[in-house]
Amino acid sequence: MSEIPTDLRYTSSHEWVRLEEDGTVTIGISDHAQEALGDIVFVELPEIDSEISQGEACCVVESVKAASDIYMPISGEVVDTNQALVDEPEMINASAYDDGWIFKIKPADEDDIEQLMDASSYEAECED
Amino acid sequence: MPFVPHTETEIKEMLSVIGIDSIDNLFDEIPAHLKIDGLENVPAGLNEMSINRLMQNRAAEDGQPLCFIGAGAYDHHIPAAVWQITTRGEYYTAYTPYQAEASQGTLQLTYEFQSMMTALTAMDVSNASLYDGASAVAEAALMAVRANRKSKSRKVLVPRSLNPVYKEVTHTIVKHQNIELIDVEFDSATSKTSMAALEKFSDEDITAVVISQPNFFGTLEDVDAITNWAHEHNIVVIAVVNPLSLALLKPPGQWGDSGADIAVGDGQPLGAPMSSGGPYYGFMCCKKSFVRQMPGRIVGRTVDQEGREGFVLTLQAREQHIRRSKATSNICTNQGLVVTASTIHMSLLGPQGLKQTAISCHQNTQLMVEKLSAIDGVEVVFDQPRFHEVVLRLNKSSKEVLNKLADQNILAGYDLANAYSLKDYPEFENCILVCATELRIAQDIETLATALADALK
Repeated sequence: MSEIPTDLRYTSSHEWVRLEEDGTVTIGISDHAQEALGDIVFVELPEIDSEISQGEACCVVESVKAASDIYMPISGEVVDTNQALVDEPEMINASAYDDGWIFKIKPADEDDIEQLMDASSYEAECED
Repeated sequence: MPFVPHTETEIKEMLSVIGIDSIDNLFDEIPAHLKIDGLENVPAGLNEMSINRLMQNRAAEDGQPLCFIGAGAYDHHIPAAVWQITTRGEYYTAYTPYQAEASQGTLQLTYEFQSMMTALTAMDVSNASLYDGASAVAEAALMAVRANRKSKSRKVLVPRSLNPVYKEVTHTIVKHQNIELIDVEFDSATSKTSMAALEKFSDEDITAVVISQPNFFGTLEDVDAITNWAHEHNIVVIAVVNPLSLALLKPPGQWGDSGADIAVGDGQPLGAPMSSGGPYYGFMCCKKSFVRQMPGRIVGRTVDQEGREGFVLTLQAREQHIRRSKATSNICTNQGLVVTASTIHMSLLGPQGLKQTAISCHQNTQLMVEKLSAIDGVEVVFDQPRFHEVVLRLNKSSKEVLNKLADQNILAGYDLANAYSLKDYPEFENCILVCATELRIAQDIETLATALADALK
């Protein structure tokens, strides 16, 4: 059973989001997603400063099995990316919710997060 | 790995396993109105005897003229061993095998090909080849647009001194992908891409620039200056090169301060006969940082569990069988057989042989320029450093002169004003593009000079 922290929000395309104290939002892929993808070998990070709308493909996570798009959970502007993933993409496998974060955004509207799934809804979704 | 078609019995067995009556049932999903009953204008098949006769008659019409036409396809010596080895059963397939790893020999050959191309271009990575030079330029433009994520314009600068056929094919392929190709003028005195014309784009968001070396007129471009200008403005540099010329010229990986980003071209000069226009193959090399945007297959070398060397397809996540519509390209095959010939050709010539061939091409061309420019009515249009082609202006109709020489079994050049389409180069009235490879030795040049002088009298 994969880990689904209760303090995060989730999308049906398996991204997680965390609202930070400074108002930025951190985004990664769920433990369930990294497990399904298998060994991750490359991450194409989004461009800093780019403004991306909800649902748009914004970066690519490539495993030995597949290259999968990461979709923007909520609209916003990219403010930071996890450069450590350039050399160690496998960090997503090892630590999907901490060291394996992918990028941070300044959300267009913080309240958009409320529309995303909480842990229990996401757990139900994963079981389907 | 030989190709053995299934027998009727095997086909029936397979159909019964999946529970259908005929292979056609597999295509039931395609709506009936999209299917056609037959192909108009495609005649029924001929038997071997008839097709042999037809093709022999057509080949005889071509004759064996003395060829001074280049313009993208070049008449080079190909050692007899090249096609003797290439047509061995073990190599004789046009396709990258579908169960690729089962064909270690084919994979190793492709790996060697890639190694040779990276050595020749001084780039980090090569793919297993593309269709031809023209489509390789188009793929490079698409790749540049994917790779240059800082640029949003999808505008690609294309010099008018690029082979016009390459430009047209590129346009055909990219026009539906919202990519704009912008013409860049060449300097009318030198034929080189004009820096002044490029500078006009300095303040615009440009995604990529194409640099042709040598350019279509045979002239050597200032590749260092253009590359540096492009990189200063965050523009991806696409080098379009004649691979044989790289045995002499600075390779694209060393252009300017940081090298070209993508290098493409047609592999025909490396072991493929001109053969009425094909099949040839395209090659593509790039910097390592661009590799995940590179189209086509890439073969890598690895070791198995027991430490034995083996060859495998690598970085396949970019490809269409995995990434579907988001693949870097939906070209899923390549010109495997021509690449095989080319790899054998390069291995037989070696670096020294390639260099000697390139030098001979250049020397013969210089001799030809000297002889032809001495003729009344012939003018060298661009007196510039060149590789193995030159533009000459005649004082009579180029079309008539070329036809007159063709009657004497001499193909004296490519008619710049008329051959492809009039709109390309209106400024080149009565100009011809002439090429001398290592095969066009002094006596051939003498034959051409005598006939041309005669035709211009």
